[in-house]
Amino acid sequence: MDLLNNLALGFSIALSPYTLVLAVIGCFVGTIIGALPGLGPSNGVALLIPISFSMGFDAISALVLLTSVYYGAMYGGRISSILLNIPGDEPAMMTTLDGYPMARQGKAGEALVVSGVASFVGAFLATVGLMLMAPWLARVAFKFGPAEYFALYMLAFCTLGGVGSNNQAKSAMAACLGLGIAMIGLDKTTNMQRFTFGNMHLFDGIDFLVAIVGLFAVSEVFHFIETHGKNSAIGVKLGKVLIPWKMLNDTKGAMLRGSGIGFLAGILPGAGASLGSFLAYMGEKSISRDKDSFGKGNPNGVAAPEAGNNAAAGGALIPMLTLGVPGSGTTAVLLALLLTLNITPGPLLFTERPDVVWSLIAALLIANVMLLIMNVPMVKVFVRILSVPSYILLPGVTMIAFVGIYSLTGSSFDMMLMVAFGVLGYVCRKLDIPTVPIILGILLGNAMEDNMRRAMILSDGDWTYLFSSPIAISFWIAAVLGFIAPIFLRRFLKKPPLPTTDED
Amino acid sequence: MRGDRIFGLVMIVVALGYILSATTIRSSFMSDPVGPRIFPYLVGVVTILCALVMVLKPDPDVEWPIGKTLLNLGVALAILFGYAVLVKPLGFILPTIIVSGILSYQINPQPKLAALTGLGLGLGLFVLFKFILGLGLKGLPPALMG
Repeated sequence: MDLLNNLALGFSIALSPYTLVLAVIGCFVGTIIGALPGLGPSNGVALLIPISFSMGFDAISALVLLTSVYYGAMYGGRISSILLNIPGDEPAMMTTLDGYPMARQGKAGEALVVSGVASFVGAFLATVGLMLMAPWLARVAFKFGPAEYFALYMLAFCTLGGVGSNNQAKSAMAACLGLGIAMIGLDKTTNMQRFTFGNMHLFDGIDFLVAIVGLFAVSEVFHFIETHGKNSAIGVKLGKVLIPWKMLNDTKGAMLRGSGIGFLAGILPGAGASLGSFLAYMGEKSISRDKDSFGKGNPNGVAAPEAGNNAAAGGALIPMLTLGVPGSGTTAVLLALLLTLNITPGPLLFTERPDVVWSLIAALLIANVMLLIMNVPMVKVFVRILSVPSYILLPGVTMIAFVGIYSLTGSSFDMMLMVAFGVLGYVCRKLDIPTVPIILGILLGNAMEDNMRRAMILSDGDWTYLFSSPIAISFWIAAVLGFIAPIFLRRFLKKPPLPTTDED
Repeated sequence: MRGDRIFGLVMIVVALGYILSATTIRSSFMSDPVGPRIFPYLVGVVTILCALVMVLKPDPDVEWPIGKTLLNLGVALAILFGYAVLVKPLGFILPTIIVSGILSYQINPQPKLAALTGLGLGLGLFVLFKFILGLGLKGLPPALMG
């Protein structure tokens, strides 16, 4: 069995005491990051990449540490959703719908345990799915030429724009912004300067980490200054946490269904965890016998989206690892991590660096078990950390962002650029322009152009070559559908409103 | 309405500038059928199309900060830029204390808490990064340390 051999290889690397310690630290830090309002998986991982890079970790240690943070943040997001009615991150939004009402009814402990177990089920099944599907997809991806890759990138931008945002024009513009920024620097094929305006700092292009930290972390500071940290009040008190076996048994169907839906949503390039939790919740609601209890504290309404969002997080790793196309904001950040570590994801990764792939998968399984252990009995510890006031948290986050970029590049110019990206992130948030396509554009821009140009070299300038293979054509069709269909579906799939926080 | 329109117009100008700048990219002897200019042109054109949609079909407007909040944001921006310039000559600790103190005050205007936050973050983060995580930070102004 190939699979078992590979897994054994992965565990032999990931089970060393040193990597285990890293995984524990990563899970712990990740859960905190996920739980803190305003910090989610993407900006948490973004903040930590430059720092872990400056600390000189080798590729596997850095991967183990940061994927543990990633999974941890996916777990942690539910804590503030349930207790504060504030999603710690976007995918956790659906969990607030029933989680917060449960907490209001004095069932906060139950909601936390159910969602913790649901997270485990979702993440575990998705990791198993990843093990089974990723090597297969990597073999398929070997057949992809530049035309297919170009179409695939289009598909990623289109589904991200169509499904993940409210306004297609805005998200397409965000993608263009990112692609345009990626062009800055020396052109790889001809070695000619582009858009550098003679500025030395721009010769190497704009470091995607600078953009990511600015857009995801620094922009939060501006947002909090504007709102004066109004959303940081503590909500519901947490009583004694017992394990509600009966409730777990009742919700196991919802967990499994949510995992399946979430996993599929995660695999779609560009769709990601938010869509996974959304579809899992809506799916569970539509098959339920008492639809009215959803939104009023139905445990199934906590289990399904939480399983969905964690399964999507695992599923999103599949296109990221096999094709180099991330499915969500956080996987885009993880792609940035791999690129920083000089690992190029794609089909070759599976044949040339099986140690990286399989130790990553082993680390995910280990992190998952650790997180279940941490998140059920130790949930009170994390709840206490939630009460860090935003007037300490946000300045701290900003300074960590500066330290990361400073120790990575040592340049004032890059730090100013990071602040500028923070302003851009703030303006985009105000105008409801998604920032994830910007990141994706910066990350994929050069590869996308490169594939287009190589396709044209192969075909000697014949543009129809881009639509010449069945795989490429199906990607193009999927891209167009993914971009346009949501306009019509949006009428039917309205996001339910968040439960209101009464001041009583 | 206004926000989307203004941003759309700004983006049209930016994209036109981008296309104009792309026309000046020089080709080299290593040429390919596409060359270094086509992709930037495409990006610029799609940006203009999207920006036109934003101008013609803007979303309902959000509330933009005015008056004191806008001033606060401006101050925050200024000190962050200042930090980017000053952290090298002044070392990590002093600028961090000042900047995180000011940011803290802006989120929650209580001078005492803000000062404590600044001191705590300046010293705490320095210890964390320098001694626990082992990053090569300079704590005090390098000029003083000789």
